[in-house]
Amino acid sequence: MKNLVEVKNIKKNYGKNEAVKGISFNIKEDEILGLLGPNGSGKTTTIGMLLGLLKPTSGEIFINGQKLEGNRIEILEQINFISPYIELPKKLTVKQNLTVYGKLYKINNINERIEFLSEKLRLEELLNSITGELSSGQKNRVSLAKALINEPKVLLLDEPTASLDPEVGDFVRSFLEDYKKEKKISILLASHNMNEVTRLCKSILMMKDGIIIDEGNPEELINKHGRKNLEEVFLKLSRSKNELN
Amino acid sequence: MYGLFLRHFYLITRSFPRILDLVYWPTIQITLWGFISNFFATHTTYYNNAVGVILTCAILYDFLFRTSIGFNMLFLEEIWSRNFTNLFIAPMKIGEILTSLVATALIRALIGLIPAVLLTSPLFGISILDLGIFLFFLFLSLYLFGITLGILVSAGLLRYGPSFENIAWSTMFLLAPFGCIYYPIEILPEVFQKIAYLLPLVYIFEEARNILINQTVDIQNIYYAFMWNAVYFVLSIALFYYSFNVAKNKGTLINMGE
Repeated sequence: MKNLVEVKNIKKNYGKNEAVKGISFNIKEDEILGLLGPNGSGKTTTIGMLLGLLKPTSGEIFINGQKLEGNRIEILEQINFISPYIELPKKLTVKQNLTVYGKLYKINNINERIEFLSEKLRLEELLNSITGELSSGQKNRVSLAKALINEPKVLLLDEPTASLDPEVGDFVRSFLEDYKKEKKISILLASHNMNEVTRLCKSILMMKDGIIIDEGNPEELINKHGRKNLEEVFLKLSRSKNELN
Repeated sequence: MYGLFLRHFYLITRSFPRILDLVYWPTIQITLWGFISNFFATHTTYYNNAVGVILTCAILYDFLFRTSIGFNMLFLEEIWSRNFTNLFIAPMKIGEILTSLVATALIRALIGLIPAVLLTSPLFGISILDLGIFLFFLFLSLYLFGITLGILVSAGLLRYGPSFENIAWSTMFLLAPFGCIYYPIEILPEVFQKIAYLLPLVYIFEEARNILINQTVDIQNIYYAFMWNAVYFVLSIALFYYSFNVAKNKGTLINMGE
């Protein structure tokens, strides 16, 4: 499997504050990589750099073999992002929002794409509803549809199931598993839900204070740290001094 | 009660745009109305033979206001709806974002302007079309300056985030005293005149009054208006690109709306 995302020693400083201190990692095709870490560990900054919203102080990012710097627009056509902290325009209907983003991502067959995603994400009944009047679970599914409108090769997910009830959360996780398997895409999942990460991710990066302090698959990490589950590993690493670096 | 006072006090003291907003509104209002009062007190017969000059200038100014605010509104809408990040991760060049906003702002301004123009004739017996073919050039010049201000404010929003919003609402008022919308430039103190001559507004409104009152056309005014517009337009685009790069360094783009 080839690497769709290659991150090489990226650093990000905000003045004297070093938010990310030189991290490297890859995400393969058909892989979900978990990005864990306490608040302020540098996860959002890392995602921001992958989206081209933040310029790394140093280091390089390659998406699908193309260097992000100098090819931002071409790369943005191949990636997408979902976060509970960003929303779609509330006054537009679901279909209008998806149409707008279909146009922005220059999708040729927008109606077919919307139809396909609506069916997959159980949105058929909601297409003419006002986005701002939807429940959080419905909005989450609409945001996911927007994030998949361009058939991204790389999907960045920042707490994609935060504030969702267990049923909707489970639906979204199952959908992501199936979609990843079908389309062979790469997913970076930043989450504080350890059950979600254990279920979805074969590989995990643990960040703290801007560095990767540990990595591996969930089982390896649990065994290595002698804990019962990933949540206990997370707590141990969050409360201890940086282990690897 | 003290807690609520503190909540707003802390907010104000932590935001330079908010402090500026508090200070300049009263200053600008007093300055603008001071010049208008001064003009009417000393030139009581100036508008005697040209009914509708004030109304025509008001319509022209409103077009400028609508264009500028319209542009800002489009940008602010994305921040308010927390859609800003979605927009900036879409594969659009900065030039494409600006072009679409510029075109949309024009349509918004025209939607507001056309009914106002149509109403002035039956209500007040005045037609802005009295300005003739040069009306097109005056509107074009105002439109250019309006979107230039819009781009400058949007650059500020990119650079400083939503706290710059108050400036967005008041740029037009800040420039109004120097624009000489309702009075000729001679009414301003000499220092203010020097500043006013650096803005396209003074040439546009001087020319509108010239056409309506003297029934003559001074092409030089129109030329200077376009010249200054070109200068500010290029500067605003450069500043927008600069602000975008600063925002990419400071992380404003991912925190916008929070």
